[in-house]
Amino acid sequence: MAEYLQQYLPQSLAYLTAALVHAVLILVVVALGTLIFIWLERKVSGRIQDRLGPTRVGGKFGWLQTLADGLKLITKEDLRPASADSMLFLIAPYVSLCASYVAYIALPFADGWVAIHLNVAVFFIVAVLGLEVFGVMLAGYASGSKWSLFGAMREAAQVVSYEVPLGICVVVPVLIAGTMDLVAIGQMQAGWFFNWFLFHDPFTFIVFWVYFTCATASVNRAPFDLAEAESELVAGFHTEYSGVRWSIFFMAEYSSMVVVSALAAILFFGGWNGPLPITHWLGLADSANPLAHYVANLLGLINFLGKAIAGVTFMMWVRWTLPRLRIDQVMATCLKYCTPIAAFGFAGAVIWTFLFPGGLVIPNKDWVVQEEYQLDEPQAQSAASTSAASTSPLAHADSGLHAEEHHGTD
Amino acid sequence: MEPINWHSVFFLLFALVGCGFSVAVLLTSNVVRMAFYLVLALAATSGLFFLAGADFVGAMQIMIYVGGTLVLLIFGVMLTARGPFISMRTPAGEWILGAIIGGSLLVVLLSAATSVRAWRPVAVAEGEARPTATRLGMALLGARVDKLEEPDPTQREGMSGYLLPFEIVSVHLLVVLVGSAYLARPKKRAVGSTAETV
Amino acid sequence: MNLLTEPIGVSHYLIVGAIMFVTGALCMATKRNALGVLMGIELVLNGANVNFVAFGSEYLRPGAVSMGLDGQLIALFVIVLAAAEAAVALAIVLNFYNNHSSVDVDKADELKG
Repeated sequence: MAEYLQQYLPQSLAYLTAALVHAVLILVVVALGTLIFIWLERKVSGRIQDRLGPTRVGGKFGWLQTLADGLKLITKEDLRPASADSMLFLIAPYVSLCASYVAYIALPFADGWVAIHLNVAVFFIVAVLGLEVFGVMLAGYASGSKWSLFGAMREAAQVVSYEVPLGICVVVPVLIAGTMDLVAIGQMQAGWFFNWFLFHDPFTFIVFWVYFTCATASVNRAPFDLAEAESELVAGFHTEYSGVRWSIFFMAEYSSMVVVSALAAILFFGGWNGPLPITHWLGLADSANPLAHYVANLLGLINFLGKAIAGVTFMMWVRWTLPRLRIDQVMATCLKYCTPIAAFGFAGAVIWTFLFPGGLVIPNKDWVVQEEYQLDEPQAQSAASTSAASTSPLAHADSGLHAEEHHGTD
Repeated sequence: MEPINWHSVFFLLFALVGCGFSVAVLLTSNVVRMAFYLVLALAATSGLFFLAGADFVGAMQIMIYVGGTLVLLIFGVMLTARGPFISMRTPAGEWILGAIIGGSLLVVLLSAATSVRAWRPVAVAEGEARPTATRLGMALLGARVDKLEEPDPTQREGMSGYLLPFEIVSVHLLVVLVGSAYLARPKKRAVGSTAETV
Repeated sequence: MNLLTEPIGVSHYLIVGAIMFVTGALCMATKRNALGVLMGIELVLNGANVNFVAFGSEYLRPGAVSMGLDGQLIALFVIVLAAAEAAVALAIVLNFYNNHSSVDVDKADELKG
């Protein structure tokens, strides 16, 4: 995008504009996603409890309920307890939100639609999502309240423990794909739905469920929401928060739910590739016409968002169905069940890919991918500069640098 | 006007954040704020790693250092931060002594850092920053793919990879796991309330 | 010299590493809280890591003088060992806190558990 803008704008301005557009687009996804998901949560919980959920605000389905809630929260007073460590108390919600916001920059929304094409995207997203815990811990400590501190301690113990099985689960699709680049992982699963890594072998199928359990725990959703635990800790780490700061915690929670579901969609469910290779039939994906490619990506975006929303809805279903676990049960689930099963799945996937390198259940796994890769390989070798610019860290800054040197040498 | 070098801009940003918050760690006496500043300093360092083309190490820094080690550290801070231990002041004499020694160390290091000509900035060649994850993984398993084209055969022999250190570190981690579990084990029911630590 | 337009070299990274190293060393020397000392150690290791990565970077030092991947590999080992060290040190600190009800390193002068 920056290269395109450069035809019309001075170089520095072009990069600034491109970066701003990316940042604002992601911010829109985060904010709009929160609005929609909070409404969805109300509706889902209502239906599960045999209620209607919101019905009044904004028409029949209560579309505008979240907006009304948001307005109410903005008008509320921003309270701060006298015993609070004021700087940390004020900053904590933003730490949480930043962590889940940063995870979006490496998340591809469709083939090539990614803010920064990072070579270690999977690793980066998992790492950054782990940082969300800092906001919770700081909030818990800085509130100067026993309830908050208890919530934060539970959160810290829980997140550190669950990162282990989560990491092992994420490694399994990476192992099959042979890359940590989310765009490449998505491209490998093109075609029919049985090309998805979920159906690659029985072990990935098991590992997906472990991943989802651990992801639910790591984003603090019920039945693992020990950090909030209304029945025991008032409201856990956000007991002392009110108004806008309180709602920012919820933005962080919902956007990280979307991130883990989207990561699951890419790693296990083919990302932006639909269950049927429709774009391939229509000739959109392989077409040289940029407009056709754009339409294919748009379809992919719908696919991808659909999968992510399905994942989030599943989490809601789980939340309103299962009771909350005790803290020792949470730890037992992680250490006695999730970690061994994930390790077993990992070992199984290693052996499986060793025995059946081409895949057994997927006879025509590479019918789309292979041509693309054969196209890609010589390109990557002959024009190392372009691949370096696109895969190197902080692609903006980098490609800026490369473009600049073109400029300088010319 | 010369075009802005974005690499340098981002470097300055991360370097200022990193250095500023490490100085803040030193200057504040509140242990919880120290931990928070340390988080920011280390996260900014991972940004520096990304800028140096070390994408895998940068992500590793976030994952293990910031996401693992520091969470553990803050966990410890929260367990012990009560009453007089939140804010422990250092006597002025120690500050003066520390400032003299630290300042002289800093002067030596800075003069060393800026004096060598080969470390000065050079115009970066095209296509130099390649992804490192695969090559790092190969090197950890004993194959140095980046040294295959080494013209000097005597040098090539010494480049046999990092398999042995990798194994040693693995065993070391296991030892640490057992050791810290042993250290943090519950006491023999004598005190009772101190059992659940880590 | 305009920092915004000139490229970045190894020496810039070394300056950052030096500042982090010195602040970390000072933290270790001046803090009385055991966890503060631990944080100083982390800063020292981190400053050293910045140097390793800078020397190993193909990006900052194109050509034959580069260390190749050695710098990044050593940085990886340092990160992993720092995690291990932090876990053990934290266990020791918590044990000390349980036995003495204090995290002041000046109180740890008995040489006997």
